[in-house]
Amino acid sequence: MTQAEQTFQALRIFFTGVGGQGTLLATRLVGEAALEEGLPVAMSEIHGMAQRGGVVESSVVVGNVCSPTIADGEADIVLAFEPLEAARALPKCHSKTLVISSTVPVVPFTVATGQAEYPAIEDLLGAVRSRVASVIEVDTAALARDAGSERAANLVMLGVLAGTGRLPVSMKSWQEALRRILPERVQEVNRRAFQTGYTLGREL
Amino acid sequence: MHELLMPGNGRRRLLLGNEAIVRGAVEGNVRFVAAYPGTPSSEIIDRFSQLALEAGIYAEYSVNEKVSMEVACAAAVSGVRSLCSMKHVGLNVAADAFMTLAYVGVKAGMVIVVADDPFLHSSQNEQDNRYYAKMAGVPMLEPSTPEEARAMTTEALDLSEEYGIPCILRTTTRVNHCRGPVTFGDLPSKAPAAVFKKDPFNLVVVPMVGRKLRLALLDKLKKLQDASEHSSLNFTEGSGKWGVVTSGASYLFVKDSVRDLELEGRVKVLKLGFTFPYPKAVIRDFMSDLEKVLVVEELDPFLEEAVRITAQEAGLPVLVAGKGDDLVPRAFELDAVKVKKAMSSFFQVDYEPPEVFTAPQLPSRPPNLCPGCPHRATYYSVKKVFGDEAVYPTDIGCYTLGVLPPLRMADFLICMGSGVSTAGGFSKVLDQPVVAFIGDSTFFHSGITGLINGISHDHRFLLVVLDNGTTAMTGHQPHPGIELTPEGKIEPKVSLEKVIAGCGVKHAATVNPLQVKKTQDVLQELRRTMKEPGVSVLISKSPCPLYENRLLGKRRKVVFEVDESSCDLCKRCLEDLGCPAFSWSTSAAGDTCIRINEALCSGCSVCAQICKSIRPKKIGEGKGGNE
Repeated sequence: MTQAEQTFQALRIFFTGVGGQGTLLATRLVGEAALEEGLPVAMSEIHGMAQRGGVVESSVVVGNVCSPTIADGEADIVLAFEPLEAARALPKCHSKTLVISSTVPVVPFTVATGQAEYPAIEDLLGAVRSRVASVIEVDTAALARDAGSERAANLVMLGVLAGTGRLPVSMKSWQEALRRILPERVQEVNRRAFQTGYTLGREL
Repeated sequence: MHELLMPGNGRRRLLLGNEAIVRGAVEGNVRFVAAYPGTPSSEIIDRFSQLALEAGIYAEYSVNEKVSMEVACAAAVSGVRSLCSMKHVGLNVAADAFMTLAYVGVKAGMVIVVADDPFLHSSQNEQDNRYYAKMAGVPMLEPSTPEEARAMTTEALDLSEEYGIPCILRTTTRVNHCRGPVTFGDLPSKAPAAVFKKDPFNLVVVPMVGRKLRLALLDKLKKLQDASEHSSLNFTEGSGKWGVVTSGASYLFVKDSVRDLELEGRVKVLKLGFTFPYPKAVIRDFMSDLEKVLVVEELDPFLEEAVRITAQEAGLPVLVAGKGDDLVPRAFELDAVKVKKAMSSFFQVDYEPPEVFTAPQLPSRPPNLCPGCPHRATYYSVKKVFGDEAVYPTDIGCYTLGVLPPLRMADFLICMGSGVSTAGGFSKVLDQPVVAFIGDSTFFHSGITGLINGISHDHRFLLVVLDNGTTAMTGHQPHPGIELTPEGKIEPKVSLEKVIAGCGVKHAATVNPLQVKKTQDVLQELRRTMKEPGVSVLISKSPCPLYENRLLGKRRKVVFEVDESSCDLCKRCLEDLGCPAFSWSTSAAGDTCIRINEALCSGCSVCAQICKSIRPKKIGEGKGGNE
């Protein structure tokens, strides 16, 4: 048993991104991997109105915790698939939160039409960094492209989360979750994307 | 084999609450399912629809919630277990059927799943539907987790059958859309034969029958009271001089709060799963040695009233609280922090709520109509012809997003179908043109009656039916007028045009809104007909591109681009059309320019019809747009 497993009590992971980025699939995979590992798990997602280009939020709680949602100030990890949404999720964080954020912007419609300006990525992540324990920046587009498809950016993010080892889930359980849930035709590219992220997460 | 039909044998799967309800219903031998989709309940009928054939279950997307309840009750009265599901406001539509079905009852088990939506994630209000159970006098179960949702669905069927009355399974968004481990139970082997036994003096509710059934219902309620008192769905945890009464998702927040506030040994929790009739004796016994009780529930003080009544009747000196300042909020969802605040305040124990960081000022990211959405094209043309002066009552669907800038094409909305009827009302009191919008699915759901009313009373308005050939907002479910199906193109079972003509509409036309000039010409013509009293109708017909692409795998042959040399940056494309594929951008030379994102452009061509500087650009064998 690793040290992480001995001290592991509970982990609240908050996911945020934009409709179409595959955040809900990533959320599901975390839940499946935790279940595979035999850990207590609950997840929550919002469907419907949120998915027409709007913000998509979901959560996974693992371990000795019952609430499937995460209150403000209670997320242990924030997985942000878009840097603007990382900053928007700041109220979910506490001072010890680990934020894993993509650095690739998805420009909201309000910015595209000139009603608002997209802030500098550094300002967005800087605002987060000044409050939380650590921020991991991930160039998801480049890493996913290297793995074979930009559309696999969500699996890169998932790989980074897995690589940090914060969640006591073995590689075997991650692999099994991926095998069971992902469609056959995208297995390979998604596995590569996951591995790319995993390696990055391990190195940090 | 569909995942939800796999044999039990201790199989454990991570299921959405809605999927767990489906599994529970299959285990409980449900053979008849009917529903109109509505968030957060839609996946229930969607999953049933997927597995129906394989499971030997009849599943239908009914035209609205009232109809779904009526068809499902006919099955249950004929000895076939049935289920209907709906979002919370759907029960308002079905209420007429519901209130008297409680009298008539059922022969086989019938479950009515009602999904409340605290915080209005995808709804127009956050009404607390538990009061419907009380008003009608039907039993109600409330699960907290997907696992409980599975078990309680089966239990609700048994309960309904045993007492001959439909049973409500009341959920909230955080049960329907929560995913958790569910252990599969055994599946039934055979379907019962349907038998209808004629019994008009118990099944035809004329007043003399109704009077008899009213007394029979009160008698059933007494028996159900007893069932609730002995139900294992109501249980106590922990010990102490203080108490918490809770149900549904709130129970989970309470459990975390007891642990985090270190209240073990000081607080005992009464978790109620069978919440109507509420177990009075159980609540009384729970409180008999308590000093104080906090009721933790979302929305209205339903259980709190039950607890207060019980304490008063039993003459218990216990202090009861629930909703109130520094206690449990009445509006929106609860979470672990809100419950910890309420419990620490009421029990006077220390709690330091987490410091909540403020996010910096950020550009908003509202949901939007998709690139290529035909609704945007319709709104554009109607605004050109009727301007800001007209009043635009609207309805419920994707097109409600037209309320947002830059389109701003929605002035009034209360519920499904209200667009049509309120347009008639506005037209009678206002001296302005009135143009109402309604989607095709919503028109079939509850727009037809408003149209008939308008015609019969000479209401003067234009009704625009936004016909995108599907129920798009809730996930592309079918409706009576669809032509495009997963099995291919079909002749519509119910023709929108014929229904509208049949209602007596004199001036009606059908256009493809992606043809801008033609649409505006027809609108001008219809505007002229509005000089006379009566309802005119425009069917604005073009399929939802998301749905069409998914079914037909259409690939774009052309996208559009801005010719930067002739673009004078008038911004009308951005301000009048507001397509998300457009952006206010900077060129390589550093000049301000307008760009169209090729990956987002659907190739609908509407923009090119309104601006000469936008031109087509052929693309190769790329991927289809809007995946």
